[in-house]
Amino acid sequence: MTSPMASRLTDLTIAEARDGLRKKSFSATEIAKAHVQAVEKARGLNAFITETPERALADAKASDQRIARGEGGPLEGVPLAIKDLFCTKGVLTTAGSHILDGFKPPYESTVTANLWRDGAAMLGKVNMDEFAMGSSNKTSYYGPVTNPWSRRGDNRKLVPGGSSGGSAASVAARIALGATGTDTGGSIRQPAAFTGIVGIKPTYGRCSRWGIVAFASSLDQAGPMTRTVRDSAIMLRSMAGHDPKDSTSVDLPVPDYEAALTGRIKGLRVGIPKEYRVDGMAGEIDKLWQQGVAWLKQEGAEPVEISLPHTKYALPAYYIIAPAEASSNLARYDGARFGLRVPGDSLIDMYENTRAAGFGKEVRRRVMIGTYVLSAGYYDAYYLRAQRVRALILRDFTQAFEKVDVILTPTAPSAAFGIDEKSDDPIAMYLNDVFTVTVNLAGLPGISVPAGLSADGLPLGLQLIGKAFDEETLFRAAQAIEQAAAFKARPAMVG
Amino acid sequence: MSEALIEGRTGKWEMVLGLEVHAQIVSKAKLFSGAATDFGAEPNTQVSFVDAAFPGMLPVINRYCVEQAVKTGLGLMAAINLRSVFDRKNYFYADLPAGYQISQYTRPIVGKGTIQLDLPGGETRSVGITRLHMEQDAGKSLHDQSPNETYVDLNRAGVALMEIVSEPDMRSAEEAAAYLRKLRSILRYLGTCDGNMEEGSMRCDVNVSVRKPGAPLGTRCEIKNVNSVRFVMQAIEYEARRQIEILEDGGKIDQETRLFDNAKGETRSMRSKEHAHDYRYFPDPDLLPLELDPAMVEKIKASLPELPDEKKARFIKDYGLNAYDAGVLVGEQASANFYESVAKGRDAKIASNWVTGDYFGYLNKSGLDIATAPVDAAKLGGLIDLIADGTLSGRLAKEVFEHMWASGKPAAAIVEEKGLKQVTDTGAIEQAIDAVMKEQADKVAEYRSGKDKLFGYFVGQVMKRTQGKANPAALNELLKKKLAG
Repeated sequence: MTSPMASRLTDLTIAEARDGLRKKSFSATEIAKAHVQAVEKARGLNAFITETPERALADAKASDQRIARGEGGPLEGVPLAIKDLFCTKGVLTTAGSHILDGFKPPYESTVTANLWRDGAAMLGKVNMDEFAMGSSNKTSYYGPVTNPWSRRGDNRKLVPGGSSGGSAASVAARIALGATGTDTGGSIRQPAAFTGIVGIKPTYGRCSRWGIVAFASSLDQAGPMTRTVRDSAIMLRSMAGHDPKDSTSVDLPVPDYEAALTGRIKGLRVGIPKEYRVDGMAGEIDKLWQQGVAWLKQEGAEPVEISLPHTKYALPAYYIIAPAEASSNLARYDGARFGLRVPGDSLIDMYENTRAAGFGKEVRRRVMIGTYVLSAGYYDAYYLRAQRVRALILRDFTQAFEKVDVILTPTAPSAAFGIDEKSDDPIAMYLNDVFTVTVNLAGLPGISVPAGLSADGLPLGLQLIGKAFDEETLFRAAQAIEQAAAFKARPAMVG
Repeated sequence: MSEALIEGRTGKWEMVLGLEVHAQIVSKAKLFSGAATDFGAEPNTQVSFVDAAFPGMLPVINRYCVEQAVKTGLGLMAAINLRSVFDRKNYFYADLPAGYQISQYTRPIVGKGTIQLDLPGGETRSVGITRLHMEQDAGKSLHDQSPNETYVDLNRAGVALMEIVSEPDMRSAEEAAAYLRKLRSILRYLGTCDGNMEEGSMRCDVNVSVRKPGAPLGTRCEIKNVNSVRFVMQAIEYEARRQIEILEDGGKIDQETRLFDNAKGETRSMRSKEHAHDYRYFPDPDLLPLELDPAMVEKIKASLPELPDEKKARFIKDYGLNAYDAGVLVGEQASANFYESVAKGRDAKIASNWVTGDYFGYLNKSGLDIATAPVDAAKLGGLIDLIADGTLSGRLAKEVFEHMWASGKPAAAIVEEKGLKQVTDTGAIEQAIDAVMKEQADKVAEYRSGKDKLFGYFVGQVMKRTQGKANPAALNELLKKKLAG
């Protein structure tokens, strides 16, 4: 039985936890204990690959000591779930793959190191699609994660989305105050939408990629997943920053995102791209989108119809560029130096045995696609053409942002689907990313905010896309939607 | 260049040669990681997580290596590309941890340049440089540590290399050798590569094809990783002969990669074009395009040392040396500096003869270099001074030099010690001449009856009597006078 005190602590926002700790309403140890218990209780979700309760409690104890001395960082005493794509020193890091069996990195990723620097506590490493390839969390070697939400009057298990499915489920199920995610084509925003939480993919270069297992290097970006816009703003400020160890990280000061939450969006020009009204999109999604426009208008924003003409080429371009980079990034998993090794009679045998046993079906599919599109004779037709499409998509956005400050779209074309659905059709699965991949291809920031429920009671999200490195405007507009939507629904299991 | 043609059964053939040299950049750290680069360290002691391609590790360009590449490009009179791109060259091998090598493919840092070859007889010939690009070295597979396992040493993995590609401008093994020597000399002057082929810091791939003079280019074969100038020459000679035989037998050359077997002195097929790797090059998304600041390039340009060609021209002009001697002296910066110290305030030609002659001869024989040799520039200069002031004859000087080399003592001390001072006292010389003429009266008669050739014989006899100390000029003069009667 969870005590009322404990459930009150797991229901806090990060901002409330911070303020309460400062006022000594409760201790970091109490918060950590409540979450450690909640994690245990929610094991049925399969959200965690590795639980680190001792670490969480030790971190909390250290936080309490700092708080007692009147010290403490911006995330002091906040227990977080870490996507298992982030290397954590001495703690098993799997990327959801069999091939990283037993891999305990001798180093800490820059993003997680930043979080610990600011006082956060680690609850453990959470489940994800293998190598972040997937939109359902079903490709994990460690099994699928269950969405804490279910359809009204229907107890069939649903996916939490992916690839950051464990992160999303943990935050939605109130077993972590926040979680790290990574987003290559929508892996933060789509699961955030599927689980009724907030998730932001920052501008490419905002967060260091150092120590994050690479999927597609030119698209990967880490970001926070939280229950409120404010919490994401607080968490991103800690995660972000220039890192000399990542040549693609940008040397720009990190703003105080929380201070940008002024609530004022009067005069904000909000672009509504006509190309995002896709065939087969549920009517309720379109309706929610119109509702989002109305909310922003109510707050004094000015909707502007815009065109992003190359949108329809984004998904195919993405599914060329991402696998191409992945095929090369994943070549290092060869059984020679770390993780799984399946011996063979020769070097080639060892490679083949190890990679056949170590990689799941979806990863193998993408490595094959990537190898193919980079091959001599196909490179120009696929990879180079996809890069040209990418440049055109960026140009679409650049032109649009001459007329607008942010762009509003749905996050995903549907609500969460069943764990047993869409299993055999990779194309249907890839269509989940239709509204999110453009943002990665253009390197822009995008945020998903819970905005309403589907007819059968599942959360739906709206996406806001911002100018490069203008996360502040994005947070401000996202909070306006958050406040207007007043999304108070909770998964049944949370009560 | 007609002398370079090879005689075949069907007439003369011309070889067409292009070289790809991998030169290890002199740098304390690797190209994309901070790991050290010392040669000969214990296996796997100079490996960072980046070099071992651990998950989540990212490359960061070493700016110093970039400057070294720019410096080299400038030294090769080449165009510097202010924007270049790093690509991934993908292939699986145990000593390539990431499964790809970071290299530059379509946009190298350095474009076209030239190298002047110094050929025998003082001739020069220019060879085009196609490009220079930066890339990482791979590790080393050790197949001899265990009967059924391969060990891998990653110390070399990630070390910065420059691949310097020549145009197919060379026509003989000698020219290829001259190219390698000149390239090595330039790199060492610049301090961008130590040029040590034995330690593998300079490695060479040779592209060889043959054709009838004036015919279009033939199909080439690439001979990989030849590790000395001598082997490069052997490999070329063997490969050209092999190709000519095939063609003269009516066969055709398969474009392929071949290996040079040092022991057997022959080349062997490694892989054919059909089995060539598909490297799936694409721009490395972990690295931004490399943008160079023109001011940085200018700064490096201004800091370039005097290079071998300029130095050679100056030696010819200022010291009056011939092209061959000047070329020999400037081959190494140390020998050029040594020569200049010796020549300062002395007869430049005599200095050159001593440095390129006896001094280099002793260096070679002893296996020492200028820094460790027992005779330094001041000492050699001292010896030349004693020749100039008449204290030593050329012959005596050689003897003194031998003692100097053995003892490290200055020339004057040896002259003093051994009493090797030349006799210029005409009285003493005359006495010796008189004695010889008296003993050899019959020979004197022969000489006087027209057998002029005997003059040398008399010189020898007199020298012998004076223990070689007689001043040769004085001896000649007096002897001539006395023999004339």
